[in-house]
Amino acid sequence: MNDILYLVLYVLVFPGFLFLLGYALFLEFIDRRITARMQHRVGPPWYQPLADFIKLLGKEVIDPAGIDRKIFDAAPLIALAAVMTAFIYVPVIGGSPLAFEGDLVLALYLLAVPTIMLFLLGWLSRNVYAAMGGVRAVTQLFIYEVPFFLALLTPALMAGSWSVSVIAEWQQQHLWFALLQPIGFIVALIGLQAKLERPPFDIPEAETEIVAGPWTELTGRRLAVMHLAEDVALVTGCGLVVALFLGGPLLPWDVGPAWLFGIAGFFIFVAKTLCILLILSAIKAATGRIRIDQLNDVGWKYIASAAILQVAVVFVMMSAGVIS
Amino acid sequence: MSKVVIPVGPQHPALKEPVNFRVIADGEKIVQLELDLSYNHRGIEKAAESRDFIRVLPLLERVCGICSHSHATAFAKGIEELMQVTIPPRAQYIRTIVAELERMHSHLLWLGVAAHEVGFNTLFMWTWRDREAVQDMLEEISGNRVHYNMNEIGGVRRDISAGEVASILKRLPVLEERIAEYVKMAAGQKTMLMRFCGVGKLSRAEILKYGAVGPTARASGVDYDTRKDDPYLVYDQIPWKVVTENDGDVYGRTKVRIGELSESLGMVRYCLENLPEGQIRTTAPKAAPSGEILSRYEAPRGELVHFIRTNGTDKAERLDIRTPTLANWTSVAAALVGRNLADIPVIVAAIDPCLSCTSRMTIVDQDKNEQRTLPVASLRPGNTGRKEGGLFS
Repeated sequence: MNDILYLVLYVLVFPGFLFLLGYALFLEFIDRRITARMQHRVGPPWYQPLADFIKLLGKEVIDPAGIDRKIFDAAPLIALAAVMTAFIYVPVIGGSPLAFEGDLVLALYLLAVPTIMLFLLGWLSRNVYAAMGGVRAVTQLFIYEVPFFLALLTPALMAGSWSVSVIAEWQQQHLWFALLQPIGFIVALIGLQAKLERPPFDIPEAETEIVAGPWTELTGRRLAVMHLAEDVALVTGCGLVVALFLGGPLLPWDVGPAWLFGIAGFFIFVAKTLCILLILSAIKAATGRIRIDQLNDVGWKYIASAAILQVAVVFVMMSAGVIS
Repeated sequence: MSKVVIPVGPQHPALKEPVNFRVIADGEKIVQLELDLSYNHRGIEKAAESRDFIRVLPLLERVCGICSHSHATAFAKGIEELMQVTIPPRAQYIRTIVAELERMHSHLLWLGVAAHEVGFNTLFMWTWRDREAVQDMLEEISGNRVHYNMNEIGGVRRDISAGEVASILKRLPVLEERIAEYVKMAAGQKTMLMRFCGVGKLSRAEILKYGAVGPTARASGVDYDTRKDDPYLVYDQIPWKVVTENDGDVYGRTKVRIGELSESLGMVRYCLENLPEGQIRTTAPKAAPSGEILSRYEAPRGELVHFIRTNGTDKAERLDIRTPTLANWTSVAAALVGRNLADIPVIVAAIDPCLSCTSRMTIVDQDKNEQRTLPVASLRPGNTGRKEGGLFS
């Protein structure tokens, strides 16, 4: 009975959905604040993301002529549900109690859902900017997904498990994968930036070219939910990279009772995700937007090659017995 | 994807002023481009012909918010030449100082806009912040940030005091530092180089063929600058050089403008340090003798031409303004075809278009498929234009 209660609380309250939504808005605030300071602006107050969300919820929902309303309503919700589900498998206060062998693969697939939904929205909008943006979103997906998957799977290869929590625990006994596989770590960060469609990879929603891409016809609560899904994807993505490359929320040694271990783990999780966010925000502030054909070149020539190189290095390291 | 028509404008996030591109794209490639200009005709030329010279100057400043001093100076310079009035040296220096400060704020603005077009918002924020420093100097000199209203026929309206000279000279080094930073950035910022290099390329021959002017021409190695080729004010007395580059692309145009930033800064400093003593204006006659004059002026965007015909009264009989953007449009259309869709904003922005200044009126009747211009009579005061053959027929 207690186990079930714990699971329900874990999924719904902490560190599950309730915490996740709050933390997603908080990370958006931090991201906007960091970017603003780098651009010599003041930036928004801490409650701005929440205020934006509530304001958008209250706004009129406009249906473009001739769209399929059901899919238009459902797509943002599906995107949000997918990324929230993926977060359950991210270790926050120690390993996830719902972890199973293969949850890494599930989480990666769930993280791809918002992009598919954006494509769908763009295609169904009956708007030329949205359609262009949707096509760009999927083109971009095909470019970054291969190196991103490869980079995230190399820790799994070395740790010998397909579970995010087990990989995090493996690093507790050995070394962080960021140190063992620096190339993979960098590729994962670039892939995450591309997945979240942040500069220099904000090609699908390039404001000065195609207005807002797939987002053009989203209004009111659809826009609010889609925006929230993007924030949650930011948390889940950062959390995954932290778990796979920076040892997750685990301390390298055991600390007293389990509750203390959990609290310490939580603060470590927050600190590490903020570090990842700082890197992502710095990239965002320091770059312009590249073209889709340039991304195609860079993505396949360099980023994918780097990821494959990392896989090869991992195989060599494993067969040479560097890490047992 | 098959061919789609993508409307860019008249309202579009990339545009600050109304213009319409009908882009026919095959996937991401531009196959064909149709330009529709002139959404904002304001009839300034005609209005200028019904005002006396004193009241024309503030009106002409409103042709453009960025190069307001350029238009007023070009007109005043032409009228003074017709009247055979020589303005005092101090007035010439003050006009030059304001002109070069204006060039600096215009180029800083451009750099920010160009960066914004490729999604590099940090540079956009930085340059616009630094532009404020220039705006502050202009405000200190003239009392205004945008429409300085410094000119009058026969000189300038306000003097620059010794205190203002010292205060501006003290603030110039900060700007100099920032400009050096932008030089470094232009050479080393990877994503910006990816989006600027080789984009919108125009050879020297093409520039000459399409008659492009200003930084657009100078970036393709055309050594053409009105300040050097037809010197006015004090440009033949102060040290400076024409900045040219041979890249011919958006990157070259960026380098030219950043180079001109430091040239302008040098000119402002020299003029402030060597400001001659004396009067700031002479008394000019009210009316100008009959005549025609073509007054050329190097505005921040390129050569600006004012054609003025006078008839012995205190009003111009005809004023025709050829803005640099008009001279540069054809080169844009040539540079765009065959390029990537994503390059439209930056190629268009690279000439620093000033659309409303370029607007002239032509009536296009789509049903009858005919084009015509307006008869002058329909624009005369008192004509509401509602009659047959009028403005809204």
